Amino acid sequence: MAPVLLLLILLPTFVETYQIQLVTYGLIAAIAALGFNLLLGYTGLLSFGHSAYFGLGAYTVAFVVQRLGPHSMEFYILIGIPVVAIASALFGYVCVRHTRIFFGILTLAISQVVYSLALKLYWVTGGSDGLRVPRPALLLGLLNFSGPRGFQQFITSYYYYVLAIFVVCVVLMWVVVHSPFGKALQAIRDNEVRARFLGLRIRRFRWISFLVSGTFTGLAGILWVPLNGLTTPDVLYWTFSGEIVFSALLGGFRNFTGPIVGGIVFTYLKTYAVATTEYWQLLLGVVLVTLVLVLPTGIVGGLSTLGLRLRKGRS
Amino acid sequence: MPLLKTVNLRKQFGETRACDGVNFVVNKGEFLSLVGSNGAGKTTLVNLISAHLQPDSGQILFEDRDITFTTVTDRIKAGIVRSFQIVNLFDGLSVFDNVALSIFSRDGKAVQMAALADHDYDVRRETIEVLGEFGLTNKIEVPAGGLAQGERKLLDVAVAYALRPRLLFLDEPTSGVSTHEKAQIMDTVSSVVRRGMVTAVVIEHDMDVVFRYSDRIVMMHEGSFLADGTPDEIRANKDVASILLGAPLAS
Repeated sequence: MAPVLLLLILLPTFVETYQIQLVTYGLIAAIAALGFNLLLGYTGLLSFGHSAYFGLGAYTVAFVVQRLGPHSMEFYILIGIPVVAIASALFGYVCVRHTRIFFGILTLAISQVVYSLALKLYWVTGGSDGLRVPRPALLLGLLNFSGPRGFQQFITSYYYYVLAIFVVCVVLMWVVVHSPFGKALQAIRDNEVRARFLGLRIRRFRWISFLVSGTFTGLAGILWVPLNGLTTPDVLYWTFSGEIVFSALLGGFRNFTGPIVGGIVFTYLKTYAVATTEYWQLLLGVVLVTLVLVLPTGIVGGLSTLGLRLRKGRS
Repeated sequence: MPLLKTVNLRKQFGETRACDGVNFVVNKGEFLSLVGSNGAGKTTLVNLISAHLQPDSGQILFEDRDITFTTVTDRIKAGIVRSFQIVNLFDGLSVFDNVALSIFSRDGKAVQMAALADHDYDVRRETIEVLGEFGLTNKIEVPAGGLAQGERKLLDVAVAYALRPRLLFLDEPTSGVSTHEKAQIMDTVSSVVRRGMVTAVVIEHDMDVVFRYSDRIVMMHEGSFLADGTPDEIRANKDVASILLGAPLAS
């Protein structure tokens, strides 16, 4: 763990601005996938609508920028988190009444409703043009980014900002999945009937899991929008939910670190696929099919199996 | 003194009367066996008492309190706990976590999100104690899915037992294991249950096991009770013999 963190801390000293920006996107995708995976990996529920929470986070920030005052990142987060938490609680309450494919379809349907609203309510959301978000001040206005070198400074500072939040998110999520609550989720995932006969209120656990999951993914959306400078309805569209699912599968949803690795790798994969070919979606499709066939446990799952085999071979 | 009483309990599936006006009494502290051929209604009766199913009519009384319409969670809180015929474990979790979760749930700690499960030393101590009683101490870190069948059966009972029930239903705790293991499992289960002063109702097919461990035996047939008595009385009952074996029992 420590060497990886050290590497991430030292990263801006030896890579160019563009790479820093890309890693920041990767860390944000990792937070989104980490949240998503509390539902898939630990609760056994596949959400196909997590774009809704990511997008709501992004749009809340954009809305605050347009209508309310201070251009401060902390202010955005302070307003954004309750919004995504309430939305997750409301939508989750409806969705957890079902499981399996029915749950998936419900999450998808709700996210598409949110997407349509973002498209139609153009006087609030800017329609398909979206909303612009200028570079906010960080640390209660301590760091401002106007001036000629503002962009570079912002990218580097924002990288550390996101990195710090990322570390907090990883620690928080690690505690959640290792808490009695996290164990109960895994029990419900493995065997719902038995879990009920331990006296666990299944639906309430799933609901809270959904709430935490959506809030993490929503936070990722909040962090994403100042970096991107713009939010459009694309981040609410179902294909974006698909990308979150893809990230978790890519890294391996049965490992804690899987979605983190998946989020970062996916960001690079998509960026280079888009740069290489017009048919980048086809390229990603091939990767996905290969992944499911060859490496069903994802990158982290595959690596840990390999490590286990090597250790066995040696002894 | 009766701990549990059912009054005229009925449950019908289509044309089949799985429970046909059953008046079932369980006394405090006894080790009772529920026997009968497949489809006699034993599991249905347990399903009704544990709130897995709702009865069509009749009443369930636990310590003279009507619990007919209470939920699964209410009944577990009252102390009515069950295991399942087909082993029902959390295969992705370790043996330790399987039992620890029962204790977390029982103590209302399963909702804790900001504390590490492994750092709750009270729960840890009790979990190890329970696993010790069931002879699973050396399997603590193994995932439940990686246990042998006999061990899975024991863990299944341990998970139910860790809830500290007052009335424990065990649905075929020895099905699917070798004859040799059967005796081992029943020795362990019956001694733990008796030591913990838990009232137990066991559904069991193996009559050797039933005669050896039970204080009382209740025989079901086509949804009603056919016989009720001590092992000796049941052994002497001709109806029981003819239904169980189609022939008189060899003594």
